[in-house]
Amino acid sequence: MLESIDLTCVRGDRTLFSGLNFNIQPGELLHLKGHNGSGKTSLLRILSGLMLQAEGEVRWQGENIRKLRDEFQKNLLYIGHLPGIKGDLTALENLRVNNALGGNSISEDVAWKALGKIGLKGREDLPARVLSQGQQRRVALSRMLVSNAKLWILDEPFTALDVKAVAMLQNVLEDHIKNDGMIILTTHQEFSVANIEVRMLHLGLSENNV
Amino acid sequence: MIEVFRWLVWREMALALRRKAEVLTTLLFFVIVVSLFPLGIGPEIDTLRQIAPGVLWVAALLASMLSLNRLFADDYIDGTLEQLIISSQPLALLVFGKILTHWILTGLPLVLISPVLGMQLGMDVDSIIILMLTLLIGTPVLSLIGAVGAGLTLGVRGGGVLLSLLILPLYIPVLIFGAGAVESAQAGLGVEAHFSLLGAFLVGSLILAPVGAAAALRISLD
Repeated sequence: MLESIDLTCVRGDRTLFSGLNFNIQPGELLHLKGHNGSGKTSLLRILSGLMLQAEGEVRWQGENIRKLRDEFQKNLLYIGHLPGIKGDLTALENLRVNNALGGNSISEDVAWKALGKIGLKGREDLPARVLSQGQQRRVALSRMLVSNAKLWILDEPFTALDVKAVAMLQNVLEDHIKNDGMIILTTHQEFSVANIEVRMLHLGLSENNV
Repeated sequence: MIEVFRWLVWREMALALRRKAEVLTTLLFFVIVVSLFPLGIGPEIDTLRQIAPGVLWVAALLASMLSLNRLFADDYIDGTLEQLIISSQPLALLVFGKILTHWILTGLPLVLISPVLGMQLGMDVDSIIILMLTLLIGTPVLSLIGAVGAGLTLGVRGGGVLLSLLILPLYIPVLIFGAGAVESAQAGLGVEAHFSLLGAFLVGSLILAPVGAAAALRISLD
């Protein structure tokens, strides 16, 4: 489904990785590993179409994502380092607006339920700026619960989350994989998703291919 | 598509209304700058009337530039901008929504307050009406052109100054024909030519600016 063909990423005058080939099929989870500065975030941004690679291409169902654009982006959920939430909007408004702007409107009911499930019960109506770091992270991640995207690209999703939230998140990931979804994520934390084989991709080593 | 547009406009409005100070800054700046001229030049009403179109237009131009670097900056910092870029909806449409609300919140108030300032500078009713009309057509052009500059200077250190240098030259034609129309009206001459040109600027920038700003944002976030 998603293929990376000879991807090369250059930042400044440093080559972060080159000739990177891999592909990911429905029902697969790819864990991207590598030390700080090895280009994990850059790779995720290239895969999601935010950044342009120096060489190579990214294909979705055999077609370049730059040509497909909305066809690809409809199937993509990208949650990066930045939370992408507005401090002056409530958690509920943030979730609904972010979904609508992404092209997937959800009703207020669905949004309430998602926020309750991710552990923000009673906080739905508070402006996001008064929430803690971890709670803001949860607001951002609540999009996963209502997403109908096939491909999830998650950059350090477990940062700032407590043990309970991490466990919950792992269940969400598992469900997505079982429904033939695809996940690419980076994390420095240990995590396990039951009954699912996690594929690893190490950046920053001499051997770049999976 | 319409729904996405509505959500975006709603979000921008909600954010602005929860932070009223930012909207008021532009308006107050406009009022204060215009009010400084009688104090600096002196109270001779003929002189004031003569310089009024230029003063009001220059002040409007500076005021609308004041808020420009914030157009995309907040979204850039909190990450909502990257979500807009990877949205399955056309980016140019979303950018247009942002420009539209920016104009409603910063340009439109200037148009509405301008009669009061016009009277302060001794303008007569007919030229005040012309002034309002030129501002009504001209300020959206300022927001539209400004958005391209704001997109290009996003994330650049000292972007505010660079933005002014980039955008001010492009504002010159709007200033010339905007202020020119009011001066012609004061002198009792026809204003159709000025309005035709202002209208042409508006149509041109409506078509080109959202696409240009969208492209600029993609480059800035790369």
